[in-house]
Parts: sequence; C-alpha cells; structure tokens
Amino acid sequence: MNALLYRLSRTARVALALCVLVPIPVFAADEEPPPLSPGSLFGPSPSIHSDGATLYRSICQGCHMPDAGGAKGAGAYPPLAANVRLTSRDYPVATVLFGRAAMPAFSDYLTDAQIAEVVNYVRSHFDNHFTDLLTTADVAHTRASAKPPGGSP
Amino acid sequence: MNESGFPVSRRELLRRIGMAGGAAMMYRSMSALGLTPESGYKGPIELSAAPRGTSVLILGAGMAGLVAAYELRRAGYDVKVLEYNNRAGGRSWTLRGGDEYTELGGFRQQCRFDPGLYVNPGPWRLPYHHYAMLDYARRFKVPLEPFVETNYNAYLHSSKAFGGKPQRYRHVHSDFRGHVTELLSKSVNKGALDAQFNADDKQKLSEALAAWGFLDRDGRYVKSDWTSTSRGYEVDPGGGLAPRQVPSEPIKFDELLRSGLWAYLSSPFDYELDPSIFQPVGGMDRIAMAVYHEVAPLVQLNAKVVKIDQNERGVEVFYVDAQKGGAPQRATADWCICTIPLSVLGQIEVKVGPAMSAAIRAVAYEAAVKVGLQFKRRFWEEDERIYGGITYTDLPIQMIGYPMAGQNQGGKGVLLGGYIWGISAFEFTAMTPEQRVRKAVELGAQIHPQYKEEFENGVAVAWHRSPFTNGCFANWTDSAREQHYENLCQIDGRIALAGEHASRLPAWQEGAVLSALDTIGRLHQRVVAAKAGG
Repeated sequence: MNALLYRLSRTARVALALCVLVPIPVFAADEEPPPLSPGSLFGPSPSIHSDGATLYRSICQGCHMPDAGGAKGAGAYPPLAANVRLTSRDYPVATVLFGRAAMPAFSDYLTDAQIAEVVNYVRSHFDNHFTDLLTTADVAHTRASAKPPGGSP
Repeated sequence: MNESGFPVSRRELLRRIGMAGGAAMMYRSMSALGLTPESGYKGPIELSAAPRGTSVLILGAGMAGLVAAYELRRAGYDVKVLEYNNRAGGRSWTLRGGDEYTELGGFRQQCRFDPGLYVNPGPWRLPYHHYAMLDYARRFKVPLEPFVETNYNAYLHSSKAFGGKPQRYRHVHSDFRGHVTELLSKSVNKGALDAQFNADDKQKLSEALAAWGFLDRDGRYVKSDWTSTSRGYEVDPGGGLAPRQVPSEPIKFDELLRSGLWAYLSSPFDYELDPSIFQPVGGMDRIAMAVYHEVAPLVQLNAKVVKIDQNERGVEVFYVDAQKGGAPQRATADWCICTIPLSVLGQIEVKVGPAMSAAIRAVAYEAAVKVGLQFKRRFWEEDERIYGGITYTDLPIQMIGYPMAGQNQGGKGVLLGGYIWGISAFEFTAMTPEQRVRKAVELGAQIHPQYKEEFENGVAVAWHRSPFTNGCFANWTDSAREQHYENLCQIDGRIALAGEHASRLPAWQEGAVLSALDTIGRLHQRVVAAKAGG
C-alpha cells in the first residue's frame, strides 16, 4: 500500500472508529491488515505504527476482537467495550505491561509511548468515554515502579 | 545481572532467540538452559487393581486426559471424561479436507485440502527420546514415519541479505564451518594455541580441522572438487560423455557473517530436534485417536465445565452443553483429574486451596500460528528438490515446512506455510483466517515464486483464537515455576491436574503424557492407601 492510500484508509478507519455504537466489527473483515512488524518491537517504523487504532488492530483484537466485545469459548476473553475496569488508567497499563493470568506481558514488545497510545485509544473508544489520557511518562512510571506478579520480568 | 546469573533474564534471552530463529531455536536454548530434560518415561505404567467401585472424573480429552482415562480404566477404575470440543484429541489435532473449524469471534474455516493431504495445527513431531509418546504409538499400532527436521537442500532466507535470494542450507552450513575451521587452523599454525597444546596435539587438531572443514593442504577453504563434496557442485558429476563436474564457489566469509544466516545453523544441534524424529503416518491426531478408540464410550463430548467442587467425600463438576448451553448438568466421582489448560481453568470456579489456585493463574499462554497451504503441484520437489525439512526465514512467516508424506510422487501437496511466534504471532492472530492465508502466500512467494501460480487454498490456526485453549501452551517463567509449579502438581483434596502445563516439557505431547502418568500414579497410591487405612 502506498503512503497516500494508507493515509486515506487510515482516515476512513478513524471515521469508522468514531461510530462506536455499531454492533458489527468496526473494520471490514477483508480489509488489508496493518503492516507487519519486522523487528523486536511492534511497528515497521514508529511513525506508522504508534497510533492506538493500528496497535489495537495489530495486537489486541486477536483476543478482545475487532469490536472489543471479547469472546467466549471454553473460557473467555473479557470485553474491553464499556468496561468499568478501565476507569483506572493504571489497571490497563499494568495489564498490558505485565500480563494478567494467562494474558501474556507486552513490556518487551511495546514502547511506553505505544502502550499510552493503545490504552488511550481503548479508553476513549468502544463505548468507553474516559477523558483523562495517559502520557508516555505515566507508562514509564508504572513500568519502573510496579513489580510484575511472580518476580522478575 | 539477575537471579538466574545470566546477564539478561532467561525469558528475555529466549524471547530474543525465539525472534531470531523461531521455535526450534527457542527449544534448543531451553534445552541448553536445562529446561527441557530427557523424558522420564519408565515404560508402561502398571497400576495394581483399583479398589472396587472407585470412580475418577477426567476433565479434557487431549493426550493427558486420554492417557489418564485409558490407564485408570485398565486398572479397574470407573472412569468418565468430559470434553469441551465435539472431538477428542485437544491440541493433538490434524486438519483435513472437509474439516470445519470455528475460532473465537465466530470466524469459520472449512478445510478444502484434497484427500490424503493435511496440516497439524498443533504438535507435528516426535523426538526419539519422547519415549512415552513413542510407546503409546507402538502399543496402539500407530505407524510412524521419519520427520525430516534438517534438510540441507532447504533454504535459509534473509530478506536483507544476498538481495533477498534464499540460500541453500547446505551452502551456508558448509561455508560457515569451512571458514571458521580455516581460521582456527591458521591460529594453530601461528602458535596461538601453543600454551594449550603440545606438538602432537596440534598435529591431531590440524588434521581434525582439515577433515571437518574440508580444508586443502594449506589449511584453506576454497573452491575445489574437495569442498564441493561438502557444499555440492556447480555442475554435478554425470555419466558417460557428460561434461566433467564443476566445483562450486563458496560464499565469502564476511558476506556470510553479515547475512546473519548462521543464526539458524545450530537447530540440528538441538537435543529436541536432532535425528531421529518421527510423525504418525496420516497426521498427528492418529495417536490421540488410537487412545480415544479405547475409551470412546467413557468420553462425553461438547461438555463445557463451568464449576469444579469437592468435599471430603468426592468431587462434583457442573457442565453445560458447549453448543447449546442450557442448564448445568452435574457429574460426580470420588476423584477428579483436570487437564483443562490453565488459560481456561483460571476462569472456572474451582474449589482448591490458595496455593493451587494461585498457581493456576500464574502462567501466561504463548502465542503461535500455523498456516497450511495447498498447491496444485509439489514445485518444491519438482523444481527445487526439497523433500521434507524446513526453510527458515526472517519474514514474519518464520518457517516453511515441507511435507514428509507422498514425496516424489507428484500431484498436489500441502506446505506448512508459516509457523509463527512472538510479535508476528500476535499480528497474525489479529487477522481474519483469510487474511492470514493471503499474507502467508504473499510472503512465502518471496522464497518460492511458484506460490503465485500454484496456490489453491489454505487454513490458518491462531492459537489464541482457539476456543478450547485460549493460547498455545503454558509459557512458564523461571520465577513462576519456582514459586508455583510444585503447588500446581500436588493433589489438592480430591483434585489433581495434568497436562503439558503440569510438566517440565512445555508444549510437547510428551510433557502432557508424562504429567498424566505421574498424576495417576500418585493418585492411585493415595486411593490404595486410603482404602487400606480405612
């Protein structure tokens, strides 16, 4: 995809993402997925891959689903849509950084800026309306101060 | 430096290696770090007769649950098994033409492979030292065939080296060994090792290096008939009046170093992956299915466990119909062996003590994705002479696996079009199945341009979308294992766990089976002792 097309489709996605009440997945199923990461951190380059919507589509929707509605099988993935646990900014940040129960930790894969972006995105989309946004420094603080459950990362 | 004494944490080290070389490299390193010891299998388990009328409820009909059911039944226990899926086998699973699979989110796939073709979305190989798996295959007469792990004619590929052109493993392997050996040989001749070796030893070492590295009389690794006996010829020797063979030109050492392809070379040194390795003829699920055949009447499919309770007299498990839901039904027994993956069990109400409870929620599940691609013809054999084995690449698909069955017979074939770990696994999981297949074809075509013409259809299994596991396998950290592993493996009242997560061979079927055997052995002792006492 060339840069212009990418920007266009991104605009379309942002526009779609604003329609948070639609019950169907926000993104069409056969749409081109975000660019794949070649290196040890998510994102082919920071300029492309650091926005929350793209990070959500690259990672989170694998389990929490494109509409953030979660999923149920033998077990479940919790919905992130309209989730009161997101009231606390620290809860999702710690969860993404250190994992929670069977959810893997992403502290090795995502920068503080990316975590701030994606948590801000989820807390302000999918019928979540929190306005107290995180900064990169907030995430850095959690990363530095919190001991992950079970010892060394 | 952290507690493990490594300059970086083991997990970080494994993560980096996993990223560089994929799972095979990760397993190799886990072996080196003492995380994947040899199977502790001591031959078929022989339990004494079970006390009459003692019942065991087993949760999960994967390898662990099936083996537990078979052996306990054989000892005379009343056994019942509850299984979430509408099939037995769990992750010991094979997809063939006609199979349907609906992953979490409702994304449905229908496998359209031709008859006889398949892909194993889960485990796909049986190392020779996985004695328990081999023994069950033998006892149930499941034929095995060799699994070629290392194919010298397959490729090592870096999108950033050699203009993106894949290199034959044979060339990289022979040339890297040759160049390194030449260096070492020079050091010996320059006296760099004089402090360590006397003249006799040096002579022996020089001879060994020359033989090992295919060096010439002057200790050099250069283009020649001699080096071509290792790396292959430009033109192979022929018959009659065919032209003389032409030696091939080794890759220059600096270019080879810069390519990074040497990172993949150590995989055949891996204890987990060195020859011999096997696969069941016809698909990995054959072993699980053979055990299932013995215990099928005991297994209730489509049973989703929602609550596990116990008291001093027995266990009580509630489950609902996994397809239709409805009111919970109740199953009771004297004892329970639960093989439900921790990723799922952690969400079920289970009455166990705080230590086991904490252990159940202490382990993250690894992400992994496998893609199976059917092609109109076996171009990898016909055009490129690759029969089995694995190509490794730095592209997000990480591996291309070539089929072991039907080699050199022509016709269609199914490739493992990607075995994906780490970051790329999360990204592939987040796609629809159709997108995964499309991406795997698009990326694989950089290695095999024939993909574009020959591709027919494909399936893709992302383990975090699996409704029955919520992930691939229990990815224990060192600290979690230290703190929780033994608690996880205890018998808590009347409940004991089993599965790959309750083993020190994570992800391997052998781990699941050894865990089941260990658990039923201990449970049986307890049952017999309780009966004797009382």
